[in-house]
Amino acid sequence: MPLYHNEDQAMLADTARGFMAEEGNIAKQLRHWRDRNCKDGFGHALWKQMAEMGFTGMLVEEADGGLGMGHVEAGIVLEEIGRNLTPSPFLTSSVLAATALKHGSDDLKGRYLPGLIAGDSVFAVAIDETAKHRPSRIATRADKSGNGFRLNGAKTFVIHGGSADMVVVAARTSGGDEDADGITLFAVPKDVAGLSHDHVRLVDSSMATHMRLDGVELDGDAVIGEIDGGRAVLDAMLLAGRVGAAAEGVGVARGAMDMTVDYLKQRKQFGKLIGEFQALQHRASHLYSEVEIARAATIKAQQLLDGGSAHADLMASVAKAKVAKAARLAVQEGVQMHGGIGMTDEYDIGLYMKRDRALAEFLGDAHFHANRVAELSGY
Amino acid sequence: MADLEQFRTETRAWLEANCPPEMREPVRGEDDIYWGGRNATFKNDAQKAWLEACIAKGYTVPMWPKEYGGAGLSAPEAKVLREEMGKIGARPPLSSFGIWMLGPALLHFGTEGQKQRFLNEIARGEIRWCQGYSEPGSGSDLVSLQTFGEDKGDHWVVNGQKIWTSYADHADWIFCLVRTDKENKYGGITFMLFDMASEGVTTKPIKLISGSSPFCETFFDNVKVPKSYGDDVPAYVGTINRGWDVAKYLLGHEREMISGADGGERQAAIGAMMKRHAARLGDDLDPVLRAELANFDVDALAYAAMGEKFLDEIKVGKAHPAQPNMMKYAGTELNKRRHELMMAVGGSRSLEWESEATEGGKPSKSWLRTKANSIEGGTSEVMLNVIAKRILDLPGA
Repeated sequence: MPLYHNEDQAMLADTARGFMAEEGNIAKQLRHWRDRNCKDGFGHALWKQMAEMGFTGMLVEEADGGLGMGHVEAGIVLEEIGRNLTPSPFLTSSVLAATALKHGSDDLKGRYLPGLIAGDSVFAVAIDETAKHRPSRIATRADKSGNGFRLNGAKTFVIHGGSADMVVVAARTSGGDEDADGITLFAVPKDVAGLSHDHVRLVDSSMATHMRLDGVELDGDAVIGEIDGGRAVLDAMLLAGRVGAAAEGVGVARGAMDMTVDYLKQRKQFGKLIGEFQALQHRASHLYSEVEIARAATIKAQQLLDGGSAHADLMASVAKAKVAKAARLAVQEGVQMHGGIGMTDEYDIGLYMKRDRALAEFLGDAHFHANRVAELSGY
Repeated sequence: MADLEQFRTETRAWLEANCPPEMREPVRGEDDIYWGGRNATFKNDAQKAWLEACIAKGYTVPMWPKEYGGAGLSAPEAKVLREEMGKIGARPPLSSFGIWMLGPALLHFGTEGQKQRFLNEIARGEIRWCQGYSEPGSGSDLVSLQTFGEDKGDHWVVNGQKIWTSYADHADWIFCLVRTDKENKYGGITFMLFDMASEGVTTKPIKLISGSSPFCETFFDNVKVPKSYGDDVPAYVGTINRGWDVAKYLLGHEREMISGADGGERQAAIGAMMKRHAARLGDDLDPVLRAELANFDVDALAYAAMGEKFLDEIKVGKAHPAQPNMMKYAGTELNKRRHELMMAVGGSRSLEWESEATEGGKPSKSWLRTKANSIEGGTSEVMLNVIAKRILDLPGA
């Protein structure tokens, strides 16, 4: 498959670009909700509009009422979300939770997917238990109790946790904290007793929670996939999420870069446009190269994932790490080249820097994924 | 697709029957590479047999039309051939600046007479070419070149000096940028072809930091260059005084080649190989070095995806015309990093300039050689200038 968008995908990209620039732009969404101290950190009306566009269920199988599209298509939407810094539960709900639910029973799918597809429901995923992403270590416990399970533990960095109608929770049903096996995934509904959230607003104005599970009682039908065999589902979910986060990161990087290059063409100093200075031209050209390469790696990862290739895992980590590096460069150069005005809240460039920091941390930063590339390569 | 699979089967069978086992070994030294030319000698019968088989099949220049010595393969067919040759480790039958540089320029700008004569010679490896671009004082800034051809009616008298002329001391002919109008900066250069045996041409090798000397200084002292070599065979490519168009076109090819976008070693991850290398030396990777290797592999694998995307986009005309500059910039910087890391893993062993273990200092010589990557074919800084102006559309300085 060639590494560029085919005709249908290019059409989707045009649609998504127009829609997100019009409805999901910074003034209308990010600044609007931030300045009102919105408790969700995103607008439900936009989520509903995204459902009307067919975005919310694009990764859901057609048999389950979705569009049955792939990660290239989801990536197209995510890149536009990134470019516009659109606060949205798309990544957590339509990519991560939707991927987990593919492994769920018909009953679970029937309970949750229609709400997702209609844009009425929002989902979150609870994986991390420490400040850094360490999915190899799961200490939250789910003990057998009657016909079901009783969950105890704490999760952190649960994006949209407080707004979520359902949270996918990775918990341990057997073995020690570091064991690969013995993991089970659960669909934990919003109002279950013993579930509590400590809400925190993050640097990019998004909302996350520290989530506690104190004797949360769940029926056996809340299990996603196999009991004790949840690692495979968790890995599939993480893989989809990483490729998706990389795509969103490409959007963040391109948005910041475009803004900066435009600024270089407008701002005058010493009687010249600053874009005429070779010192800045070279840095901008280097940045362009890095962002283009990161984007190629991301499209490659999307295609490998859609094709079911065994190399998708390695390429997903390459993409996540490369995008994190390129986007970091883009926002740092962006703020620096804007000069003093880049430090003001009034200018959008700083918002890109904040979003990059939060997004890069989500599902593993550049260090985590470079280390993974080494491990998967056998060193 | 079915046709392509059939082509693959046939190619595999042909290679099996025609590529001698000796030609399936990695290239170990300069004499394993056959450059062709009037004075070329074969290292052994296998090298000769392999070249002759490829010439007969058109496989020295697989994508060139059959009437010019090629096999007329489509891009997907040529890719299959490359892949199948790669699988058995087949050496290229013929290495040649005629194939890589002059050929594409002649295919694009040459007259029918030039194509018939020169392309067939190149495909058969009969004439070894060198490239006369750079001059002292005119490296990346080629339009400042000074070598002058004075118009004497049916011929020019060329005086001047070229530098970095790769293998000029072994070349039979030169394709050369010569100023023919001193008033016009871009529009006063002619792309000439002439015999290195012409009276007044001398060459002198330049010893490099790597210890080898593939490059030469080349001097022209009243060299007489005729304007034509026969009916429809002008001694210049394109139009007189419009050689810059040809040079620019050819530089695009050179940059693609140097960038390794067509599948060079720069695209591969090296971490696992370096761990094995360290183990052979009785060592393990230092944690910080391992981290640097991991970061390198991220960049290398991402660049490989970019290379693939770039080639896919070229095939359908989607690539930006200045994209080869980006590939060249990123690819050559990456290759320098690769060799820095390889030297670091080898430690004191990779410093050995003369020893059996390093086959005469191969690691350090390769490392030193890569430093030229971001200079030759246009420096990294020139690449960045081109990206700034032609892709990002930044204002001219």
